[in-house]
Amino acid sequence: MNVVREYLGRNVRQYGIVAALLVIVLLFQVLTEGRLLYPDNIASLIQQNAYVMILAIGMVMVIVAGHIDLSVGSVAAFVGGLAAIMLVDWELPWFATVLVALLVGALVGAWQGFWIAYVGIPAFIVTLAGMLIFRGLAIVLVGTTVAGLPAEFNAIAGGYLPPLLGFAGQADGLTLVIGLVGIAGLAWSQWRARRALIKHQLTAEPPVIFVAKLVVIALLIGVVTYWLSLSARGTPIVLLIVGALILVFSFVLNRTVFGRHVYAVGGNRHAAILSGVNAQRTDFAIFVNMGLLAAVAGIITTSRAGAGVAAAGTNFELDAIAACFIGGTAVAGGVGRISGAMIGALIMGVLNMGLSILAVDPAWQQVIKGLVLLLAVALDIVSKRRGRLT
Amino acid sequence: MNESKAEDRPEDFVLQMLGITKEFPGVKALQDVTLEVRRGEVHAICGENGAGKSTLMKVLSGVYPHGSYEGEILVEGAPARFGGIKDSEAEGIVIIHQELALIPYLSIAENIFLGNERASGGVLDWGTTRSEAARLLAEVGLAEKPETTPSDLGVGKQQLVEIAKALSKRVNVLILDEPTAALNDEDSAHLLDLIRNLRERGITCIIISHKLNEITAIADRVTVIRDGRTIETLDLHGEGITEDRIIRGMVGRPLDSRFPDHESTLGEEVLRIEDWTVHHPVDTERKVVDGATITVRAGEIVGLAGLMGAGRTELAMSVFGHSYGTRISGRLYKGGTEIHARNVSQAIAHGLAYATEDRKKFGLNLIQTVRENISTSALGKLASWWGVIRSEEEAGVAEKYRQDFRIKAPTVESVVGKLSGGNQQKVVLSKWVFSDPDVLILDEPTRGIDVGAKYEIYGIINALADAGKAVIVISSELPELIGLCDRIYAMSQGRITGEVPRERATQEELMRYMTMEKTR
Repeated sequence: MNVVREYLGRNVRQYGIVAALLVIVLLFQVLTEGRLLYPDNIASLIQQNAYVMILAIGMVMVIVAGHIDLSVGSVAAFVGGLAAIMLVDWELPWFATVLVALLVGALVGAWQGFWIAYVGIPAFIVTLAGMLIFRGLAIVLVGTTVAGLPAEFNAIAGGYLPPLLGFAGQADGLTLVIGLVGIAGLAWSQWRARRALIKHQLTAEPPVIFVAKLVVIALLIGVVTYWLSLSARGTPIVLLIVGALILVFSFVLNRTVFGRHVYAVGGNRHAAILSGVNAQRTDFAIFVNMGLLAAVAGIITTSRAGAGVAAAGTNFELDAIAACFIGGTAVAGGVGRISGAMIGALIMGVLNMGLSILAVDPAWQQVIKGLVLLLAVALDIVSKRRGRLT
Repeated sequence: MNESKAEDRPEDFVLQMLGITKEFPGVKALQDVTLEVRRGEVHAICGENGAGKSTLMKVLSGVYPHGSYEGEILVEGAPARFGGIKDSEAEGIVIIHQELALIPYLSIAENIFLGNERASGGVLDWGTTRSEAARLLAEVGLAEKPETTPSDLGVGKQQLVEIAKALSKRVNVLILDEPTAALNDEDSAHLLDLIRNLRERGITCIIISHKLNEITAIADRVTVIRDGRTIETLDLHGEGITEDRIIRGMVGRPLDSRFPDHESTLGEEVLRIEDWTVHHPVDTERKVVDGATITVRAGEIVGLAGLMGAGRTELAMSVFGHSYGTRISGRLYKGGTEIHARNVSQAIAHGLAYATEDRKKFGLNLIQTVRENISTSALGKLASWWGVIRSEEEAGVAEKYRQDFRIKAPTVESVVGKLSGGNQQKVVLSKWVFSDPDVLILDEPTRGIDVGAKYEIYGIINALADAGKAVIVISSELPELIGLCDRIYAMSQGRITGEVPRERATQEELMRYMTMEKTR
């Protein structure tokens, strides 16, 4: 048991954040007398928070590299508004609209990346300017709202996978299969990683922890899947989009040269440059990517609202940044994981939903969320300080 | 062997530091050091890099407070216990550090009275501030308005502002740490005149300097420190006290460090740096490296000796993809053909590697793992063409270096910041050896490393040479260069002042070249 305790001690931060999410879920489950985890609520939890999760994926990379992006909310509104105009005024098909919107997002990111990486203006200032510029452009384009979007486009955020596989009792078959595939894939990849570690005679997690971790994760996915399959309409399409983005970007960050350069530049810029890392190109690429993801968030927000809204995306940047920090991304850069930020986003999402079910005044909801952010980062800093002393 | 006059009485001394011992974890930085400064003299302190001069000054100024060291400080014969810089300044002991500490965008007047503001009830008295500043500037001979900001001044003038700032306090003993290191000849001459002036006004000066000709020109006495101990105090007005006599005191240690036996097999010339000149990145008129030419052959270990500010690191970094300096000129030949390396990736592609002297600041990502640090400079070798890292291979490479170089880390997943200095240095070496260079430039490869790890690193360096690499070692420890290198270049003020083969290399000989001044 000593090995286990030692291992847990070293990884207290990662497990702490998961534990915090579970505690918050249980707390609200009790407080709402079981209403929090209604199957339909789980589906809408995902639909409501998809934008935070998508933006947080990009924001983790931005913050790890030592920057910040304040413009993502405005960029989402701008791209979303543009998409609505393309659909309604120009009558473009939905897939062409999505492609153009993504391209515009990447261009916006390139614009900001240029000033940050090649001119050397701090990201805080460039994206503060971007926040004003793109909010302004969104209002110029949209006015207040452009409504009447086609159903196919609205289905991106509001739609569900059809019950292709029929029903097992009350449960949607396709949802169950997706959940099982997810669990199997996860177990397989974890097992492969562990085998590689052992093959290279590196210390892997103790077997007890490895199995326990897999079981807990599998149970969590299993429970969520089962509940979802009981919901009125099955698996939301957004869940697949978010899931795919998480997988792809976790891979990019952990397994590619680009991802490694993001951590290297954020951890010690001088050392990275003296090791031959092109820090400017890395910064530029990070912001192009952030623009792209802001466009995805804009498309989903517009699709969910069923209209292009000039005021959409207000405070999105703050939600995404909070999710990153709650999820353990270091303010000074160099440290942070997408998985952490996703859990951070879920914590905020559950708080939102739970407090809303309890009919807490929105003003007090903000106060509570602010305190949670402060507490999470405070715990992080205190635990790190203790870690240094030992 | 104190050569001061025997008739010294206690009341002649304005300042005495007696039996000072200061320990850091694992290192005795100062051991029973004694420094006695007479009233109204200019007292020089001399010693190699790392001899303990700066530590001694930090003890004196209270940066290391009373209680954190052993021994006694007497000011005017009375014991002094400084808890911080404020306390030592209250006794009139003011230090001007080598790195100037002016706020660039506040006016000279505000800088002079920073922390010591001319104010009543918390409201600044601009009239007094300006007029007193103007008076102090006149005293140090600086013809600038008090409203000017230091950002508009050169280093020489900034140094004068620092002295004006010191004079604004009730200064009794003025300590100048390497005051002329960053100055050109004219500014240096002016500064030395000013110090003479201060002496005439009864202000005692302690000056720390590498420049022996300056010391012999200005100082009354000199205390030599070596390896954290006082070696001797010489009266410069005495007979036969020359620069050579001071050098003997600075290097007179026996060659007791052990080195692995090694016989180099020399091959073809691999790298030739020709007529290399580099200007300071901010003060673009100042030459930091001045027409340097050096060559290295395959399998050869070449040393680069020089005191602080000689331009060794600047030479190495500017060669390594223009990582330092502006207006770089000169030619670079690799295996006989001229190459151009304008950024670090080009330098690495041409087979150059540079392991920095400051491994924490510039060499490593301390919050990443051993594995990630080792692979950074040659990550491309471990990745597919579209940039996916082969993780297993990466872990294998890191593990191989961990074992080969005996890096004492539990696994390659250990965070580098938690390793000891010696093991961090081995990670840096692994990183560059993995990039498979033809030329390795190692800047202070054993700084701050314990003796055992040093021996291992010497072994690694020898093995690299045996594998046909050309190695350039920059070091401040002369015995290290003599024990390790086949050939040693000495640098002073940006120029190569001497080239000494191993057989002829002695510390005295090298130190003579290293302190050689520009002919005026």
